[in-house]
Amino acid sequence: MQINVLEYLEKTVLRVPEKVAYSDGTASLTFRQVFDQSRAVGTCLKKSGYTREPVVVFMRKHPDVVAAFFGTVYAGNFYVPIDEEMPSYRVELIFKTLHPRVLICDRETQKLAEQFSCQGQIYLYEEMIQTAIEEECLAKVRREAIDTDPIYIVFTSGSTGVPKGVAACHRSVIDYIEHLSDVLEFSQETVFGNQAPLYFDACLKELYPTIKFGATTYLIPKELFMFPIKLVEFLNQYQINTICWVVSALTMISGLGVLEKVKPNYLKTIAFGSEVFPIKQFRIWRNVLPYAVFVNLYGPTEATGMSCYYRVEREFLEEEAIPIGQPFPNTRILLLDQDNRLVQQGETGEICIVGTPLTLGYYKDFERTEQVFVQNPLNTFYPERMYRTGDLGRYNERGELLFISRKDNQIKHMGHRIELGEIEANVNLLEEVLISCCIYSSKKDKIVLYYVGEIEKAVMAARLKKCLPRYMMPNWIEPLEQMPLTPNGKVDRVFLKRRYEEGEGEHKAGENENRRN
Amino acid sequence: METLIEILQELHPEVDFRTCHTLVEDKIIDSFDIVSLVAEIHSEFDVVIPPEEIIPENFNSAEALYRLIQRLEEED
Repeated sequence: MQINVLEYLEKTVLRVPEKVAYSDGTASLTFRQVFDQSRAVGTCLKKSGYTREPVVVFMRKHPDVVAAFFGTVYAGNFYVPIDEEMPSYRVELIFKTLHPRVLICDRETQKLAEQFSCQGQIYLYEEMIQTAIEEECLAKVRREAIDTDPIYIVFTSGSTGVPKGVAACHRSVIDYIEHLSDVLEFSQETVFGNQAPLYFDACLKELYPTIKFGATTYLIPKELFMFPIKLVEFLNQYQINTICWVVSALTMISGLGVLEKVKPNYLKTIAFGSEVFPIKQFRIWRNVLPYAVFVNLYGPTEATGMSCYYRVEREFLEEEAIPIGQPFPNTRILLLDQDNRLVQQGETGEICIVGTPLTLGYYKDFERTEQVFVQNPLNTFYPERMYRTGDLGRYNERGELLFISRKDNQIKHMGHRIELGEIEANVNLLEEVLISCCIYSSKKDKIVLYYVGEIEKAVMAARLKKCLPRYMMPNWIEPLEQMPLTPNGKVDRVFLKRRYEEGEGEHKAGENENRRN
Repeated sequence: METLIEILQELHPEVDFRTCHTLVEDKIIDSFDIVSLVAEIHSEFDVVIPPEEIIPENFNSAEALYRLIQRLEEED
């Protein structure tokens, strides 16, 4: 039985050593090069005395990063990716948790790396790969490794403002990759177009199936996501057939009318997640690619990537949401009510996850780990971990799981129980609206709606009155130029609430904008 | 031009759009800005920027973007 993620690489390199594994269109690494460079990095780290500890990887998005990740694992360590665009304030916060003794950078990030208040040793990737590989040294690491050893930590935003480092082990990653690959039918022919930054667990979807199957991943340069025609041309140039992107990357292409001009000719699998896919945008994609497979993915970082999937095979009305479907094999979903009982059919409950895909928890933070990784309350017989997502879901009449909203966005306003997600869903139905966010200010006792889209406040209110009960009408509506996002790409509600409660100046700016119109 | 500068200024108050000619290269604007700009320009100038014009050359400076708007207005 496989117990180490690197076994994927070791089997594949025997089969297709000269095939390109990772490329950004300019620089490429074959499986042989990934294998050799990662073992050199592994030897370098191990010989320098680093093992079973966090190794910060601070490099630009490039195929070398992947080899640095694997090199870290070869030495029995776990990689912690940090991005060059991450604000240094956040990096420092992360270092406060990690106290890393070692950091890997490349020539381009070296200067920045030296500016961090990192006490650890800084290694240059280009020099590390010159290390002579010592097979026996790496074999010894492998003999002592177990599949519950961590392989990475990714930092996710914490509601308190301090990022939480989610640590995942070999076992949960292998389990995830096996089931994701089955569901999305990856193979040696798969050509991935990676969108997710390498510092999120979202990139597991491409990086690991690539070494499992001997597939190829193109790391799409970030700037192409600003210029959608060039982006589609990139997909066509490299005959990319599989993408797993956030919804906003897909709606940027469809929303700007790109698909009428140029078509991604080779795409056959389109997986998406992290946000709700507006049906009107989804239809544009489906019409252009009628034979492609569209899969909605859902899952928290705490359960290693994705936990549920839904293959879109039927038509949806514009007011409907695409379900998150069913759990991957070997994952159990429980919908629990406030009293920790299973909800009745059709009722809403908190989505809780049980099974091998659960990660180890938050690194060096037992307190926050224990708040959400808990004993399964339905099991009073033996220890069984369960992760509480804080997401609310329910099963529809077809038995498909639906994501409803965040648990903490349910509010009580003037005696009424209101899901803010429901208001947003109605706002998003308006054609002009690109994205919206509703927050609740208990301080001012007001429902506040922020949105991005070409529609006047007055028109918005008039239209909302037509679809919302009076008590659910927002008390304050404000258009925004763009929706503030967390580094994870989700709407930054904490920021919006603060903006509303503190930002009198912001309101004035909103009024100026109206005058101009 | 003033209106355009105002739109840009609201996106990034910290940038001097009159002198900066490297909005794309220096990663001052991102994909969200592009989407916002296309929408704003539509509502302020009543000009639809077609996807084939969403290229770095047209978004690298306020001046380039303004030339694009004028060109599209003339073609209209």
